[in-house]
Amino acid sequence: MNTLAPLLRFSLREAFRGRWLIGVVCTLALTGELLIRFAGGGATTIVSLIDVVLILTPMLGLVAGTVQVHHARELTELLLAQPVSRRRLFTGLYLGNVIPLATAIVVGLVAPFLWHGLLFGEMGMRLAPLLLVAVGLTGISSALAFLVALRIDDRVRALGAALGLWLIAAVLWDGLILLLAVMIGQRPVEAPMLAVLALNPIDVGRVLLLLGSDGAALLGYTGAVVQHALGTEVGRAALVLALSLWLVLPLAAATRAFQRKSF
Amino acid sequence: MMLSLAVLLIAGDTTVVSPAGPYRTIAAAVAATPAGGTVLVRSGRYREPLIVLNRAVTIHGEHGAIIDGEGQHALMVIRADEVTVQGLTFTATGGSFTEDRAALRAENAHHCRILDNRFEETFFAVYLAGTVACEVGGNRIAGTMGRVEAAMGNGVHSWSSREADIHDNIITGHRDGIYLEFNRLANVRNNRSEHNYRYGMHFMYSDSSHYTGNTFAANGGGVAVMYTKVVTMERNTFADNGGPTSYGLLLKEIADAQLIGNLFRRNTTGLLADGADRVIATGNRFEENGWGLRLLGSTSGGTISGNLFRRNSFDVAVNGAGTSTDFTGNWWESYHGWDLDRDGRGDVPHHPVRLFAMLVEHAQASLLLQRSLFVRLLDAAERVLPVLTPANVIDARPLMRAPKEGV
Repeated sequence: MNTLAPLLRFSLREAFRGRWLIGVVCTLALTGELLIRFAGGGATTIVSLIDVVLILTPMLGLVAGTVQVHHARELTELLLAQPVSRRRLFTGLYLGNVIPLATAIVVGLVAPFLWHGLLFGEMGMRLAPLLLVAVGLTGISSALAFLVALRIDDRVRALGAALGLWLIAAVLWDGLILLLAVMIGQRPVEAPMLAVLALNPIDVGRVLLLLGSDGAALLGYTGAVVQHALGTEVGRAALVLALSLWLVLPLAAATRAFQRKSF
Repeated sequence: MMLSLAVLLIAGDTTVVSPAGPYRTIAAAVAATPAGGTVLVRSGRYREPLIVLNRAVTIHGEHGAIIDGEGQHALMVIRADEVTVQGLTFTATGGSFTEDRAALRAENAHHCRILDNRFEETFFAVYLAGTVACEVGGNRIAGTMGRVEAAMGNGVHSWSSREADIHDNIITGHRDGIYLEFNRLANVRNNRSEHNYRYGMHFMYSDSSHYTGNTFAANGGGVAVMYTKVVTMERNTFADNGGPTSYGLLLKEIADAQLIGNLFRRNTTGLLADGADRVIATGNRFEENGWGLRLLGSTSGGTISGNLFRRNSFDVAVNGAGTSTDFTGNWWESYHGWDLDRDGRGDVPHHPVRLFAMLVEHAQASLLLQRSLFVRLLDAAERVLPVLTPANVIDARPLMRAPKEGV
């Protein structure tokens, strides 16, 4: 029995009915609109949007994912009573969370560029990697949220843990790395630093986007640092691989947790 | 054009060189021309040994007059005063590891004029050695960008000369676009030096000189001014000099330099000062550089005022405890102050050095954390309560409005 399609359809309808997705679209569109108006729609706009994407999308994914698991709890229990493959059920729940959220984020980011007629051509080329990283981070943070929510039954504690994860990834991790870099000092530490950065998906996304953007000449220097450590093409591939691992591993862990969990 | 040629023909003793004769080589024509005469070079390709100009002649090339060294030797040398070489095309000197082989060399000559020539695939294009008041203007110089620095010569090379006037040349594909060593009273203006391997211009031991209105773009490094006193640099553009160690302008071990109305854009470091004393910088624009202005410890006594700093990742970086350079009345895009008494100056001082800039000075790898939220929080905290950033690098009276374009 193929249950994935109807389940997915149900989750999607639920999600798109909720008003908060409209809120996501509007917030991102408004931010983009303001940035285009004040920064003139040049490279600076994209560089500023990088910040928005790196900070906002993981938070949205974590919160939405945790809420979704607990929200869909009764439905899940109901469906588990049926002869349904748990793996399919999980896939349905996960995609039903990620697809609407990623759509809302992409629509919100693209909209202002579309109505300023900036989407096609050079700006579009610069926006594309940003969208890819945004979608990637949404998928990753949702997977992590599922893992957290499946492990912690209490709603409030789960949400707290999710936000804690965000705080670590978005802020504290970089503090630790900075401390490390300053302590080690002038010795060449690019390679170990990149390795530690790779342990944080937000950092991976950030370095990837910085490498691709030419908002400031300094980024050429950052690029040179990465090149020095890994070589440009190899470096970029390694970063993309790290990001992919960050999607696959938590998803696998969450699937396992879902399969073993007694609801 | 025809008229000017006619004037030339009437003006004095003119010898005509053409592949059809009577004179088939430029050397023979020069030998037949008295001092003060003119050699008119008709269109054609001339292959002959080194041409020596040992009397005051004017060599005037028609369009398509090409001197070809066939990759074997230098082409022309000026050994007399008042020589003019105009309108010729010099090509294919070939490289040399044992001599400074130049297409056109002037030795110990006064008042030579090298105008409107083309230099293609030459090792050194123009080489002034011990000259006085020579003019090098309007030439188009395109080297063959080699892979090895040692296998490349400079575009315009001026050694131990006085009053060299180098203007309106376009120079690409050489080791250094323009190279001045042991010069006095040099004047370099309105040149474009782009896509050269090492520097757009290299300026060493050259006192009392100024350069104005030049563009140095996309070179290995923009301009290096070293071991020099009293240099004025005005309205030049230093752009797109990128790479991990690259800069728009390097001032090293110099004193009493003036920087007025220059533009530094999209360089890894706009202006790097190392051991620069009493540098006065006004009306310059630092835009979209990695580091706008970088002062190393031994720099002192300078004045930085009326400049514009916009969209640099770091406007100013200093190493060590700071510098005695005086920052007053610049415009900073990153300034967050206000102007209640409406005198056009901010009421709270601006600290142009970010904490993160200091950390990067200390550990360059932390540059990987550029644009991280944590670093922003640190910077914000430092702005409220400065602890680590140098207290003496401070603009007490920052401008509220950006100064106008140019000066």
